[in-house]
Amino acid sequence: MNGKTDEILLEVQDLKMYFPILRGLLRRRVGDIKAVDGVSFFVRRRETLGLVGESGCGKTTVGRCVLRLYQPTAGTIKFNGTDITKIPEGKLKPIRREIGAIFQDPFSSLNPRQTAGSIVADPLRVHNLASGRDLDERVAQLFRMVGLDPRMADRVPHEFSGGQRQRIGIARALASQPSFVICDEPISALDVSIQAQIINLLEELQEKLGLTYLFIAHDLAVVQHISNRIAVMYLGRIVEITSSDELYDNPLHPYTKALLSAVPVPDPKVEKTRRRIILKGEVPSPATPPPGCHFHPRCEIATGECTEHVPPLRDVGGGHYVACFKA
Amino acid sequence: MVPVLQVENLKTTFYTEYGVVKAVDGVSFYVDEGEIIGLVGESGCGKSVSVLSTMQLIQPPGRIEGGQVLFKGENILKYDPKGEEMSSIRGGKIAMIFQEPMTSLNPVLTISRQLTEALEIHLDMDRESARQRAIDLLKMVGVPEAERRIDDYPHQFSGGMRQRVMIAMAMSCNPAVIIADEPTTAVDVTTQAQLLELMVDLVTRNHTALIIVTHNLGVVARYVRRIYVMYAGRIVESGPSDEIFERPRHPYTVGLLGSVPRLGEKRGTRKLVPIGGMPPDLIHMPPTCAFLPRCQFKIKKCYEEPWPALRQVGENHFTACFVDIGDKL
Repeated sequence: MNGKTDEILLEVQDLKMYFPILRGLLRRRVGDIKAVDGVSFFVRRRETLGLVGESGCGKTTVGRCVLRLYQPTAGTIKFNGTDITKIPEGKLKPIRREIGAIFQDPFSSLNPRQTAGSIVADPLRVHNLASGRDLDERVAQLFRMVGLDPRMADRVPHEFSGGQRQRIGIARALASQPSFVICDEPISALDVSIQAQIINLLEELQEKLGLTYLFIAHDLAVVQHISNRIAVMYLGRIVEITSSDELYDNPLHPYTKALLSAVPVPDPKVEKTRRRIILKGEVPSPATPPPGCHFHPRCEIATGECTEHVPPLRDVGGGHYVACFKA
Repeated sequence: MVPVLQVENLKTTFYTEYGVVKAVDGVSFYVDEGEIIGLVGESGCGKSVSVLSTMQLIQPPGRIEGGQVLFKGENILKYDPKGEEMSSIRGGKIAMIFQEPMTSLNPVLTISRQLTEALEIHLDMDRESARQRAIDLLKMVGVPEAERRIDDYPHQFSGGMRQRVMIAMAMSCNPAVIIADEPTTAVDVTTQAQLLELMVDLVTRNHTALIIVTHNLGVVARYVRRIYVMYAGRIVESGPSDEIFERPRHPYTVGLLGSVPRLGEKRGTRKLVPIGGMPPDLIHMPPTCAFLPRCQFKIKKCYEEPWPALRQVGENHFTACFVDIGDKL
């Protein structure tokens, strides 16, 4: 699939990430968890691509491959025209400066005694972007940018509320002035009334700084609100990609339809008229995925073809791609 | 008609080492036979403590300090929490489904043992018929190969299947009321749809009342007939769900509805309106309305008077607010 190459910032092609299953005394490899199994997509400059799917579908693994926290099993990840899949760990620093990351809980992996200011300053130090008074000034600037009082920089994480903690996480992600930010479930740990604050902040920052987002989340309503385009994942593969509005108005893949119908809309009038598709069974294990289309055992319209062959992600026009023989 | 369950002016307080928390501060709600209602609010608003208090499942430092819980007209709060009468209510007449089934299922007992125990205690069944009934229950909630899987342990089930087992357990003694406390928060959205559809189908067929405790406004809009909105330990608004979504009359409800994205809304047509500020610190509660610091409709009176009582603003529609915000929306 090709968009206009000049405006594409990230292009992922046939990405595979397999995790070995080791058993026994000799830790022999007895199989693979195919967390990501041939995923292709691109993200245009200054747009938000939403990556949506249920737990275990591989969406987080895709993000981690792009950050090169994992070494992909196969496939290419081109960032700004450069293939970053083969760059050795030691030479990744300039790339990492360009790609920021926002996680569900920015503090779960950090020293609880480190101050908020020093958390935000870390990337500036690592990339030698500022030091001394300059560093303090830059940190203060970042605090203001995400709507925090710079005087709070001396506090430690537990003194902040969930919403404030995520603001600090955003400040840290933006410290090295990246052009691309991977947001992995950035609001799912927050209360409903706080979620909107963070969504709005992410939208404002994108507008102001010209950022490009890969927005990974399970909440389809949130993803649809923030994304220009959405890629839907199921069991390691992308089943559909299209614009946010088109996905709701004209979903083509049976899984997308089921997913959309499963999300209740906070409006009783709308709910009374919606058709509900209740899926049968559960998601199979990525260690033993079904042959052919991964969705076929739960699909109402599957035929023999679907059990034997993997449907390619094909263009049905207008930038709408679907991986289904029947759609 | 007397409601099957009626909670009146319930008060539950936690005496923590940091201070006194009035987690539930004068909460009243009711549910009619076979009715589905929703108790909505964010974390810490007291919705879970309200329903746990209803079942007398509050542990120290928490204490139920006042109010009544009338089950078919009988105040069950006067029963000894550990006594026989309360045990026969729990599970037998009022059943509960919790958010994380792994914490409410015993990991070292088979599903069979956990299902049959309640049947033997509450329905006085013998072992053989209890087992048969347990298998039927598992089939009813859609556990495949129920005859074989009944001898499995909880960890051998997926999250969604465990929650089905919980539903089977809740339904097992034909209770009059089921309380589901965030029943689908820990599962994926398509599983959530499966479970809610199953639960609503079962309670409708058996004419069981269902109280869904949730923070998810979508779930409420889809399944619930009447809503209670909670904030900082109190009910701030209650009414028929059509009415509340169409004409919210409490600033907090207005805020909640404005802050959630809606599936299907055209991109860029509506900017989310977050509720400013933060939920109150329950240890240092103001004497005034607890929502006041975040409120966009506040008037002078709000600073001068204590938290307003619920007043009627429509048919069966109540709000705890001085301001007629209907004119300002």
